[in-house]
Amino acid sequence: MLHTVNKSPFQKNTFESCIKHAAKGSAVLLIEDGVYAALKDSTVSSKLQQAMGDITFYALEPDVNARGLKGKVMDGINLVDYAGFVDLTVKFDRVQSWL
Amino acid sequence: MGTMTAGGKTVEVDEEGYLVNINDWTRDIAVELAKSENVEMTDSHWEVIDFLREYYNEYQIAPAVRVLTKAIGKKLGPEKGNSKYLYELFPYGPAKQACKIGGLPKPTGCI
Amino acid sequence: MSDEEMMEGGVQKKFCYVNRTAPYGTVYALEALEVVLIGAAFEQDVSVVFMDDGVFQIVKGQDTAGIGMKNFSPTYRALEMYDVEKLYVSKESLEERGLSEDDLLVDVEVKTAAEIRDLMEEQDVLLTF
Repeated sequence: MLHTVNKSPFQKNTFESCIKHAAKGSAVLLIEDGVYAALKDSTVSSKLQQAMGDITFYALEPDVNARGLKGKVMDGINLVDYAGFVDLTVKFDRVQSWL
Repeated sequence: MGTMTAGGKTVEVDEEGYLVNINDWTRDIAVELAKSENVEMTDSHWEVIDFLREYYNEYQIAPAVRVLTKAIGKKLGPEKGNSKYLYELFPYGPAKQACKIGGLPKPTGCI
Repeated sequence: MSDEEMMEGGVQKKFCYVNRTAPYGTVYALEALEVVLIGAAFEQDVSVVFMDDGVFQIVKGQDTAGIGMKNFSPTYRALEMYDVEKLYVSKESLEERGLSEDDLLVDVEVKTAAEIRDLMEEQDVLLTF
């Protein structure tokens, strides 16, 4: 399954709840304010790192760049553009949008 | 919403006559916008318009008149950085009229 | 206050704007910025605090070309010309996000939560976004 998260992990527990409920082999795509979860050296990054073994993480690059996070994204997170977003929704049979 | 034409180019303007798309601005358009405000463009007018557009480019905002006056004084000298001088060029409000002619949005904090 | 005071604009209050929201995801950050700019015309004693996700508003290098929204981060650099010079940033909020003062696009004073608490206690008016 593909999960999308669009809320800042510092303001809502959406991201944390998502990775807690994402099954092995699933993907999490960070979009809008959700991309703040991709920041390296934050209080959230260790949680994401721990989940990396089971889950593949993506972040929407236009949202990353808009927020000035280029170069601040932790290693192991795949950046995708809008076409990549579409590819992910096609690749996975279902999408769970965490709001 | 309407349109205006100058120099063979037709562009969209809002109900108050401001350009809808800032990138539509040309010097021909500016002259036409000035006409609609009964302003005849001189070098002194262009100097202010160019200053405003540079300011907008840098800060992404059209300055309030108080800020414009101060900034022009700094850049072009105190004889130009006062409201008397700017009101002579743009009698119906320097920030408002100059922004319109410069193709910028209506200034924030414009009272 | 007397009419005279009103006429001379002699009443000056301490205003503090507290920014707690990231830009772009919601409209709060932009609205707060506009309120600060408009409010500057009234020549009050203004402080602006960036804390929690509000620190993201002034992160350097924002490029919104890909999301079709206006990048309003350069406007924070115009605040000084509006005589809004007291900008404070929460030390803890920066650290939680792996950020430092060098990542910010305006000159600010970094304050601890305790210092921000004291600052808030001094204010006449607090507006949080």
